[in-house]
Amino acid sequence: MKKYKIPHTFEFKSILELYAQWIKDGTLKVNSDWNKDLKIKFTVQDPCNIGRKIGTNKIVDDLRFVVKAVVGEENFVDMIPNRSNNFCCGGGGGALQGGHTEQRRAYGKVKFDQIIETGARYVITPCHNCHAQIEDMCHHYGGDYHTLHLWTIIALAMGMLGENERTYLGPDLADFGLDT
Amino acid sequence: MAEPIKLQEFTCDFKEEVANRIPEANFDLCLTCGTCTGGCPASEQYGMDPRKFLRMLLLGMDDEIRKSPWAWVCTMCGRCMSACPMKINIPKFIYNVRGSWPRDKRPKGIRGSCDQHIKSGNAMGVPKEDFVFTVEDVANDIREAEPEFSDLEITADRVGAYIALNQNSREPVTEPDELGPLWKILHKAGADWTYPTVMWGGENYCMFLADEEGWKYIMEEFVHHIEHNLKSKVVVNTE
Repeated sequence: MKKYKIPHTFEFKSILELYAQWIKDGTLKVNSDWNKDLKIKFTVQDPCNIGRKIGTNKIVDDLRFVVKAVVGEENFVDMIPNRSNNFCCGGGGGALQGGHTEQRRAYGKVKFDQIIETGARYVITPCHNCHAQIEDMCHHYGGDYHTLHLWTIIALAMGMLGENERTYLGPDLADFGLDT
Repeated sequence: MAEPIKLQEFTCDFKEEVANRIPEANFDLCLTCGTCTGGCPASEQYGMDPRKFLRMLLLGMDDEIRKSPWAWVCTMCGRCMSACPMKINIPKFIYNVRGSWPRDKRPKGIRGSCDQHIKSGNAMGVPKEDFVFTVEDVANDIREAEPEFSDLEITADRVGAYIALNQNSREPVTEPDELGPLWKILHKAGADWTYPTVMWGGENYCMFLADEEGWKYIMEEFVHHIEHNLKSKVVVNTE
């Protein structure tokens, strides 16, 4: 919109900003009690578009705030480097549709190694491209982590994750919180 | 041993062209330090890296630049530029290389997604009726199966909704069940939101394709719908 100078009066936001705001002001009641004893480790993939490319760490810090609120601060492990200095996963810029599969995977190997280094069981990917790429890396390089949308873990922490909404959870959490 | 580069004549047409379009790109300030390349995960793919690619631009090797598929391996993530001591805008250089390819020679997958978006408002090419149907269908299942959400309300094009939610089209098409957790969160937060059905796909493949016209058209249609029809105060991307 800025690029094409299209006039508009609305604001443009990432949903991560809203999640963080709602948790801070108490609108969204979440906690990490469910993971207090389980101690399952989580890391996050910072999407380049809301990190480095906006020129501030504001939204990726919101992302960390939300993730820590739902999995527990002690169960969050950051990749190195991170936030605005993160490495792109290799799924961006249309790469997943771009046809250079071998090169895309070689590109992603850096990210794969960073993920493995954290020892985390789950990688939370708030960007759709990152999700697809990081999941593909896991299969291709034989990783043992799981790739999650952020809403999955928020809903799980709030005890409202339905039976059919668990595609990306590992066996450790597949039935967690279900009555049956 | 590496072969020395042979230059036919020292003209830099492509560099002039791109520099005119992005005067702030600072191509001439390159110190050849290689910091860009050191932190670039696309380095070495197809024997290329950002430093080398930029040298080629500055040496007028225009044909070689256009022949290399590297512009489609780089994701324009911007790490090179943020590390560059001279702040050279390499991502915009890459974007312009992409745009210099004849449209029908650019990667089929990206082009197809861009074409679909122009035609039907989302990269997956789903008619908006199908999108609305899927959304209603999934919402119905949740309302029936989970008493806690029996009053879950999902709307499309509701005029005056505070938030217009920009949905990546992959969810409704390939994994509709993934919509549930997102909606439940919005419901618990009491958000006043709706799905716009004009250019509703949150993705943007015309940008990746460097299709300026297509990208602009999508943005104009979307902004017009929000401003003149829905009058939402905030547009929220699910990513």
